[in-house]
Amino acid sequence: MHEQEKTPLAQAADPDLAASPYAVEMRDICKAWPGVVANDHVNLRVRQGEIHALVGENGAGKTTLMNILYGLVRPDSGEIFVNGERVHIGGPRDAIRLHIGMVHQHFMLIPPLTVAENIVLGQEPGGPMAAYDRRRARELVLQLSARYGLPIDPDARIEKLSVGLQQRVEILKALYRAADILILDEPTGVLTPQETYELFDVLRVLSRQGKTIIFITHKLREVLDLTDRVTVLRRGRNVGELVTRETNQTEIARLMVGREVLLRVEKRSARPGPVVLRVENLHARSDRGLEALQGIGFEVHAGEILGIAGVEGNGQSELVEVLTGMRRATAGRMTITHTSGEQAGKTYDITGMSPREVRLVGVAHIPEDRRGSGLVLSDTIENNAILGRERWPRFAWARFILRLREIAQWARRLVGEFDVRTPSTRLPVRALSGGNQQKVIVAREFAADPQLLIAAQPTRGVDIGAIEFIHRRLVEQRDAGKAILLVSAELDEIRSLSDRIAVMYEGRIVDIVTPEASEEELGLLMTGGRPSEASREEQAQATGDS
Amino acid sequence: MFWPIFLRVITSGDLWQASLQFAALLLLPALGGVISERSGVVNIAMEGMMLIGCYVGVAVTLASHSVLVGVLAAIIAGGLLALVHGVVSIHLKADQIISGIAINVAALGLTNYLNIVQTGGQGIPSLAFNLRLPVLSWGPLAQLPFLGQVLFQQNVVFYLAIVILLGLQFLLFRTNLGLRIRAVGEHPQAADTAGIPVRLIRYACVVASGLLSGLAGAFLALGVAGTFNPNMTAGRGFIALAAVVFGKYTPLGAAGACLIFGLGLALSVRLQDTGIDSNLLATLPYILTIIALIGLVGRTVAPAADGVPYEPGSAE
Repeated sequence: MHEQEKTPLAQAADPDLAASPYAVEMRDICKAWPGVVANDHVNLRVRQGEIHALVGENGAGKTTLMNILYGLVRPDSGEIFVNGERVHIGGPRDAIRLHIGMVHQHFMLIPPLTVAENIVLGQEPGGPMAAYDRRRARELVLQLSARYGLPIDPDARIEKLSVGLQQRVEILKALYRAADILILDEPTGVLTPQETYELFDVLRVLSRQGKTIIFITHKLREVLDLTDRVTVLRRGRNVGELVTRETNQTEIARLMVGREVLLRVEKRSARPGPVVLRVENLHARSDRGLEALQGIGFEVHAGEILGIAGVEGNGQSELVEVLTGMRRATAGRMTITHTSGEQAGKTYDITGMSPREVRLVGVAHIPEDRRGSGLVLSDTIENNAILGRERWPRFAWARFILRLREIAQWARRLVGEFDVRTPSTRLPVRALSGGNQQKVIVAREFAADPQLLIAAQPTRGVDIGAIEFIHRRLVEQRDAGKAILLVSAELDEIRSLSDRIAVMYEGRIVDIVTPEASEEELGLLMTGGRPSEASREEQAQATGDS
Repeated sequence: MFWPIFLRVITSGDLWQASLQFAALLLLPALGGVISERSGVVNIAMEGMMLIGCYVGVAVTLASHSVLVGVLAAIIAGGLLALVHGVVSIHLKADQIISGIAINVAALGLTNYLNIVQTGGQGIPSLAFNLRLPVLSWGPLAQLPFLGQVLFQQNVVFYLAIVILLGLQFLLFRTNLGLRIRAVGEHPQAADTAGIPVRLIRYACVVASGLLSGLAGAFLALGVAGTFNPNMTAGRGFIALAAVVFGKYTPLGAAGACLIFGLGLALSVRLQDTGIDSNLLATLPYILTIIALIGLVGRTVAPAADGVPYEPGSAE
């Protein structure tokens, strides 16, 4: 052991080290899960005081690597050095002792407890056996909050806070534990553009105060805006260590994916046809009984993509559920008008229909929760490919006895057409990567030849290659005259695909704008800001033209 | 015929003394349930842990001629059985309901078997009074009309239960350790990343529930019955479980529920003079339990991670 601890001496040969010792150095980290190699001899070197981006596609091993650094996952092999010293990190307690803090992608906060309780948890004033000193905890939180310029109400319950504020609590929590090395795992995924700018300002200030920051992301623009250096991972391996100033989005994307990627969606301007989906004054309640939709109204035309933008939790999920029959509307009306096929011109009132009935009248749905409501993970690709259409005469005799050979053929066709990478259609869907799972859903839903396609978070957790593919298919469907309702928390996705953008805030549509609207303008709308007169006129013009 | 007797029963000190005694008997395993579930481990095995406490309490008291040693042994036996539940559900991450059922069934069989083997099928005779848990009489206070009998002539474990009740309420909601226990039960990942030893806390809480159930068993066998009978807990551990839910997973709430159930149990005994069939009366506390649960469905919220084994690193 003693000899091993002396190995940092060997580093003295590294000229870099003398100038700026690494805050964190991870060497040859390997970690395999059953069936997956998450980290394959990964190296990471982060200098003191820098903001270091760790980028890669989903499944590239970024989070695993950081969970190893924070002690949540034990590596199979490899060495970790913190400030030049070899360390063993057996659990988060060791990481905290080494002044490492982590802000997780899914916040590690306890909703029914207060801000102060969450921050001091585990290191409460007085130690474990003492009575909880509420006043002292408040004081400590307020001091911390003042010192780093991160205002917060220590007595608020976490469940009442916005996502942005919750993230602030997470950062304060790490700072309370005297973190000098701060890991942030995809911190901007849930933030509005404004909240993102604020976060970046905070991180720059922290970095100036000497904190080392490791920033995990797959958004290339953020890498360029914020960071000093970049480590790129692909499929569990290092593929690049770059200086941010000397690189660009295309180069990073190429390293991440392993080939040239089209970052922009190519599409012609839309040629909208007649109205397919008409929604009037829609109201609905959330699971908790709150008014989730408060009078939503909009139309989607054939041959256009209407994007629904907004911070998550402003009623988008409920809207999709109501439209697809999974949640009951408390008031309002929704109709589908066929614009093509045998029933062209026929209008159906889908208010109060069951999910099956909604499908039958020509609505296809890519659900936001792929694993929860899109697929039966343990079932085969074949069976998932006909999920919801198993009564079609082509798949079942008398709507009851499955025609297995027919189904297998169908699945093989979809897998081919939609480039699902799998050795067999008999495999359980669980065995596929996230991107390929999503392609199974997209294939199934497109193949139904719907009048309206509802795509909720269609590229969530999907790698860049599959994103490119799904985007292209969506635009193809639009050009084929389908009406498409796109709901996404990714503003870039909304802006690059949509022909019109409806912004939702607290259960209402605050405005419908063109995709040319600036990010600032959209961000303002997403936080409930009043739409400017200019954009109203613009919108009137845009809809008037169509 | 019914009403005069009912009135006499309901106003008698006997009824309320018995109610409180039965309530205390339910309260101990209920407090065990509260602390275990608060830490995120579902424990439905209080019944079995109590029964083991009954048997070990009596057996060790007889062997050692010391009721104190018997009680300590009962507590430890309950704790050990809980440790089994802990290993199965925390370490091996098995289904906590199945583990609980297994423990209940095993405890029933084991105590029956040992009872038969030890006494040659004769059963354990009534214990001498010096080998029972004593009733504490609070001097002049015990002489008060009504209240004296109800509050100041109870078994020593009754007063112990009240001390434990208040202590546990304080521990859970007013101390740093309590904050950690609640954090572990709500969101073990969050607790782990905050540096809290999730498994250790869960083990401690599960074992505590066993210690309390074992004490309750000793109370029942050595304080109330003065002997051991097969299956003498008669579902009390399950009523305690209902009290945990009914009491919204708080010690004081559970105590309130135990009072109601205790009254039901006492009534079912005392109302036998009214001519209502005794078998029917015996169902009263259980019917009360069901009514209480139905009336509260959807209104009690269990700790968010209750019953979910913790997998470190599963946050991805």
